[in-house]
Amino acid sequence: MSERARVAALLAGTVFGAGLSIARMTDPRKVLNFLDLTGHWDGSLLFVLGGAVVVAFAGYRIVLGRATPLFDDRFHLPASTSIDAALIGGAVLFGIGWGLAGYCPGPAIASLGLHDPEAAWFVPALAVGALTHRWRERRRGEASREPSSSP
Amino acid sequence: MTPFTPIAALVGGLLIGLAAVLLLWLDGRIAGVSGIGGRLWFARSGDRWWRVLFLAGLVLGAWGSNVLGVAQAPARSGFPPGLLVAAGLLVGYGTSLENGCTSGHGVCGIARLSRRSLVATAVFLVTAFATTFVARHLFQVAGS
Repeated sequence: MSERARVAALLAGTVFGAGLSIARMTDPRKVLNFLDLTGHWDGSLLFVLGGAVVVAFAGYRIVLGRATPLFDDRFHLPASTSIDAALIGGAVLFGIGWGLAGYCPGPAIASLGLHDPEAAWFVPALAVGALTHRWRERRRGEASREPSSSP
Repeated sequence: MTPFTPIAALVGGLLIGLAAVLLLWLDGRIAGVSGIGGRLWFARSGDRWWRVLFLAGLVLGAWGSNVLGVAQAPARSGFPPGLLVAAGLLVGYGTSLENGCTSGHGVCGIARLSRRSLVATAVFLVTAFATTFVARHLFQVAGS
């Protein structure tokens, strides 16, 4: 991957982090007040999601009409199309964690730039949770490649 | 209570969409934070740095917005740290298992009209609605 591609990733991340914090999605109270349908409901998150999806939908149409991205030789798009237990189970676990504390991964990481003391608890746990799953996946992958090593 | 802020929400949302388009147009990548971060550890060296820089950008963008006065630091206090850790573990494991979070499935996936992402987004939203109801109204969990 070229130097330019890395600078582009930094640029995109910076715009993303600015968007999250300007939209105040880095404030977990605002997120939970959206998720709390029976409380003092705050619908701001719908405008965040709506604005982001409309721009991404239109922009993706134009970008994917090109043969390749500007700084890479191909588009890296998810190949999987199956709706399986991992998708549903993972979404349930994520929904529980999100509804409990009001942080999803993007805003939690961006909050590190806002000196949010809560992010210092949440983000390391986020990393441990994700690594635990990836580590289990790798072990399963190795076990299935070497059936003789299992008892 | 938090005030309804549709203008700030819309401006922020447009920037998030713009960031997603930039990353696909320039690098050919989906702007899914859990996927970018989760594949960091086991990534090959050539695949690692753009991930680090994207995540650094998230922090930098929030920091810069705060310095420029267009974003404030959140100030919730009294929320139990144990619940923050439990929630972090669940969000980390869950988003890795379902291959996406609010950004990857909720924004980029829906923009691609991916059926997987539509289903995942519906499931995590409904689960989060139910969880927030139980936590706040049955167990009185809240910071202020």
